[in-house]
Amino acid sequence: MYVAVKGGEAAIDAAHALLAKERRGAPDVPEITASQIREQLSLAVARVMSEGSLYDEDLAALAVKQARGDLIEAIFLLRAYRTTLPRFGASAPLDTAAMHIRRRISATFKDLPGGQVLGPTFDYTHRLLDPALAEAAPSVTVATAPGAEREAAPHVTKLLDGQGLIETNPPADPDAPVGDLTREPLEFPAGRDLRLQALARGDEGFLLALGYSTQRGFGRTHPFAGEIRMGELEVSFVPEELGFEVPLGSITLTECEMVNQFKGSADKAPQFTRGYGLAFGHAERKAMSMALVDRALRTEELGGEVTAPAQDEEFVLAHCDNVQATGFVEHLKLPHYVDFQAELVLLRQLREEWVRARDASASGDGKQEAAE
Amino acid sequence: MSTSTTRTTYNFAYLDEQTKRMIRRAILKAIAVPGYQVPFASREMPMPYGWGTGGVQVTASILGKDDVLKVIDQGADDTTNAVSIRKFFEKTAGVATTTHTGEATVIQTRHRIPEQPLGENQVLVYQVPIPEPLRFLEPREPETRRMHALEEYGLMHVKLYEDIARHGHIATTYAYPVKVDGRYVMDPSPTPKFDNPKMDHCAALQLFGAGREKRIYALPPYTRVESLDFEDHPFERTHIAARCELCGSAGVYLDEVVTDDKGGRMFVCSDTDHCEKQRGEGTP
Repeated sequence: MYVAVKGGEAAIDAAHALLAKERRGAPDVPEITASQIREQLSLAVARVMSEGSLYDEDLAALAVKQARGDLIEAIFLLRAYRTTLPRFGASAPLDTAAMHIRRRISATFKDLPGGQVLGPTFDYTHRLLDPALAEAAPSVTVATAPGAEREAAPHVTKLLDGQGLIETNPPADPDAPVGDLTREPLEFPAGRDLRLQALARGDEGFLLALGYSTQRGFGRTHPFAGEIRMGELEVSFVPEELGFEVPLGSITLTECEMVNQFKGSADKAPQFTRGYGLAFGHAERKAMSMALVDRALRTEELGGEVTAPAQDEEFVLAHCDNVQATGFVEHLKLPHYVDFQAELVLLRQLREEWVRARDASASGDGKQEAAE
Repeated sequence: MSTSTTRTTYNFAYLDEQTKRMIRRAILKAIAVPGYQVPFASREMPMPYGWGTGGVQVTASILGKDDVLKVIDQGADDTTNAVSIRKFFEKTAGVATTTHTGEATVIQTRHRIPEQPLGENQVLVYQVPIPEPLRFLEPREPETRRMHALEEYGLMHVKLYEDIARHGHIATTYAYPVKVDGRYVMDPSPTPKFDNPKMDHCAALQLFGAGREKRIYALPPYTRVESLDFEDHPFERTHIAARCELCGSAGVYLDEVVTDDKGGRMFVCSDTDHCEKQRGEGTP
């Protein structure tokens, strides 16, 4: 009995109702609020903001709630909202050296101006499940170190820079247009600005795996974590009609500068090179992975031969966006029966021809034998 | 027209007017160079990439208040994604919608061209997943763009030749490459090759939108569209032997529906509007 696939509309509405019910879970358990997510799942919120390319903790928390904790879905929600926002300009460049540091570590120097600041980190915790957390835990009071006056913390790379041991960053051109791959289609080869933008929006897991692959020999870059810093910075904007900076607010950033060995080439003396990573919120894994991949993508620029996936700009940039990737992978759920039918027709035809050819050759062989 | 975009009210057909202008410019360029893939600044849409974001952006950019929209997926108006996209435009543009091919001024489609021939007052908008016909032969974009620029399509012909050498046929049944006006090789989107002849000298404007890949291309009305083939192996349209078991139509594209687990099958029209129309005319 043929049942037409009618009623798609009613089915979709019913599916949405079911989804809302599932999202809520058991009604006797209190509903989670977006502010709880913002405060207590702040690392999820940070990831959604980074890969959603929109710094708004409340909206990101709402997206996490609406997406039932599926972070890629939450990123998608935030992106779809972001695209509707008017674009009125670019902020003034941030000076991350002026960051109000909450965490700052260097793996290259034991001590340095500004000091090593562990801050809130999972590092050195023993990963033992804490049963006390299953219920509400008592509030925590934190002692501040005596005499912890804020000391200037220049970038580690700046300390090396003074001695010519590390490549200098190209001088900033304040009049250069700011590339934006959400407003212009990405073309290859892309400039480093667009590359970094793509990586900042790129999937943490994908970049992690690519960064890891460079450590295991697929495009080795000999990295040192020159510095990882996390803290707050004020963002400001210069409206054309005013001509001076107006502060917009303060955001949390994680920055990673990798220092990579470089043996030099015919044109360049041996010196350290850089890989750069920057992410919204506290997101060390992302910033570090991004820095590794950024450096790997500079292989050609530094006179190396592109042999590994992480060094291949088109491979990395075309596939690092998880909203694009998940859409296209999951579109396989959509009906394809028209194309499948075309394949069925061809496959049946090819099989018939194959059987006919086999039978013909079998009977041909038989006759030959009989004749002999 | 209001261009305000708040969280609750969106601009007509969702996209802001500036974005529509940008997309229209790309469409005009695409019409001027038939079959050429024009890069455009594809926006993030509130539906997933790969689910018609390119087609939706093209439709949103050309839709006017008086348009009548039809949306099909696999030839049917009632497949879930077609329903979802139609609802999107009902909600954001408030335009009239229809399931009747003849009544529509804009038809957005995935994987099919309607059986009823289209007219000059109609636009067919295709959803395209991979716009580059050479992509599976050459994965790199700068390389494929160069091949198009130099009209260097030998690789494609070698692929088709290898098919014939191996299988005795060109083993491509959908997304069968075409040559547009004797110049650009173009991907017709994953429509079955059965539909390819309908593209040739079609009276309607045909627009192709690929959102994830950020490309738009077009076939102006009455453009020559040839399916690639060889003199001794001419293009063969998929032969559909059966008739629709609901309306009795022959010579149309059919879906095979599995009716039980004992090998039971029935064939029905893929184009639901065509099927309903035939049945309506057949019954007194």
